[in-house]
Amino acid sequence: MKSIVEVQQLIKKFPVGNGFFTALNEVNLSFAEGEFAGLVGPSGSGKTTLLNIIGSLDVPSEGEVLVMGHPVGKLTAAQAALLRKQQLGFIFQSYNLLPVYTVYENVEFPLLLLDLPASERKQRVLETLEWVGLTDKVKSRPAALSGGECQRVAIARAMVKRPALVLADEPTANLDSENSHRILQTMLKLNEELKTSFVFATHDEKVISYLRRIIRLQDGKVVADELVNL
Amino acid sequence: MIRFLFKGLLRDKSRSLLPVIVVAVGVMMTVFLHAYLEGILNDSIEESARLSSGHVKITTLGYHENSSQRPNEYAVTAVDRLLEALKHDFPDLQWSERILFGGLLDAPDGEGYTRSQGNVAGAGIRLIGSDEEIERMDLRARLFAGRFPEHRGEVLISNELFKKMKLRLGDEVTLISSSMYGDMAMYNFTVCGTLHFGIAALDKGMVYADIEDVRNALYMDDAAGEILGFFPGNYDEKRALQLQEAFAPDGSGDEFSLVLTPMSKASGMDFLILYSRYAGFIIIFIFVFAMSIVLWNAGLLGGLRRYGEFGLRLAIGESKREAYGSLVGEAVLIGLVGSVAGTAIGLVFAYLMQEFGLNAGDMIKDSTLMLPTVFRAQITPMTYVIGFIPGVLSTVIGAMLAGIGIYKRQTAQLFKELT
Repeated sequence: MKSIVEVQQLIKKFPVGNGFFTALNEVNLSFAEGEFAGLVGPSGSGKTTLLNIIGSLDVPSEGEVLVMGHPVGKLTAAQAALLRKQQLGFIFQSYNLLPVYTVYENVEFPLLLLDLPASERKQRVLETLEWVGLTDKVKSRPAALSGGECQRVAIARAMVKRPALVLADEPTANLDSENSHRILQTMLKLNEELKTSFVFATHDEKVISYLRRIIRLQDGKVVADELVNL
Repeated sequence: MIRFLFKGLLRDKSRSLLPVIVVAVGVMMTVFLHAYLEGILNDSIEESARLSSGHVKITTLGYHENSSQRPNEYAVTAVDRLLEALKHDFPDLQWSERILFGGLLDAPDGEGYTRSQGNVAGAGIRLIGSDEEIERMDLRARLFAGRFPEHRGEVLISNELFKKMKLRLGDEVTLISSSMYGDMAMYNFTVCGTLHFGIAALDKGMVYADIEDVRNALYMDDAAGEILGFFPGNYDEKRALQLQEAFAPDGSGDEFSLVLTPMSKASGMDFLILYSRYAGFIIIFIFVFAMSIVLWNAGLLGGLRRYGEFGLRLAIGESKREAYGSLVGEAVLIGLVGSVAGTAIGLVFAYLMQEFGLNAGDMIKDSTLMLPTVFRAQITPMTYVIGFIPGVLSTVIGAMLAGIGIYKRQTAQLFKELT
């Protein structure tokens, strides 16, 4: 399978006082197209830092990270924004929907950045909302939705531009068990039907139970990388 | 995209309505203060022009150079012919002849001996047969007791001097002064009324008599100390300077050659006009600066409050430049809407103040300045635009400074601020 992310000898350090804190230490990884993988580990293990670098929201201190062939550390801010706009989708722990916009408008926002024509935007938004089962909520504002519904809107927003890779940081942390399973089933379905790659940062057992590949991190190092046979 | 952002702006009242109200209030205050200061300063200048300096003043060179001494030996002569020529050459101006003089006012008792005396500063103005000067100097409002002169030999005295000299209406008084030729002049007047100016300098010892009486008293037949010219509206420095140039003396340096002096160059008035021009500007600048800080702070807070939103937008793929541009664009829109609203409200208040004014007669009754008793605002072309300086600029600068954070912060940091 074609590789979409290559992580080579990645080191990420953060300045702390007079010294540095090493968040990631010589990480080597590769993600292929269509993966449903998770970075698993306790708090402070470096999973969110790694997710941020793959998402071109942060840059490596040393080593190289290639996302769709683009070296993240060498991209300008504009190039990184273009990569995120065209190829990457993000799902956050606290949904981060824009509260003044409706469900439809929240999902439409990434398409506006891509300058797609109105008719195509409408078709894609409605299609995506159908995938996540929210066609009856198009005119609702986030405040009128449940936590599970908000996260489904966030998934729709991440998926609407058909990204090659979706990065999800603790996507079920604010959800109850039933909603967590519904969300994960939705994402798994999208992964299977659209071949979109998903990379999670999580320590939630419910998420882990859905993963096809589990990469365990501890103190900034990959300590295990295993495929799961479902 | 613009429509999308505009929709969000309209729906989020804390991003639209609240800042617009803050901007509108600030702009309204700026506009009103500007009109109010313009009104007071211009009215003060006009008051001084009406009472003493005119918008332009024609005197002889000798009189001009010694004007503080009111040297009537340098009076303008052949005034009737000169006034005719002035009315012909400058028909839009109103011309008024005046004689200023100093002297001693003596009130005799029944036997002709001095009962009381007082130093006076006097003015001979056209009082009989014409209401022009009475209206111009607003003497009707200042008439405290009695009436205006209707017959030759009648005089108006400031009420304070009237009381000090223990006079009664109808009493005879004798003016002792010096004539145009330098010899002593004495002239009897009958007190027909008293005036109260509310200006200490005038109330202390001012007498007003008809100019023909003063001419008789000081042997100034067909002469006047000064001829004042008044523009149809307010003082116009440019026009006054043009007139001065057109009226340039022949260059002979003769003490009796005529000179036209613009109000801004008259003794004592230069400072007032300069002060009004720059003090008004400085006060407005200080207020605009203060408002700018308030509005800048509002813009800054608005921007900081939205760091999370910008983190999200950057994560989704909006470039920093686009995010920054939209922040500044919103500030321009809010600044414009707030400025238009604030200017409109400020103009309404300024208009009311211009029409009805604030009667401050009691508050300034002992003032030594020639201030109008009713403070009025004055709407000028500048009043319409002054509010846009703090309204738009400050809001935009505030948003720009807040937006610099978007550039300086690592995207990952903004992203973290989402949670």
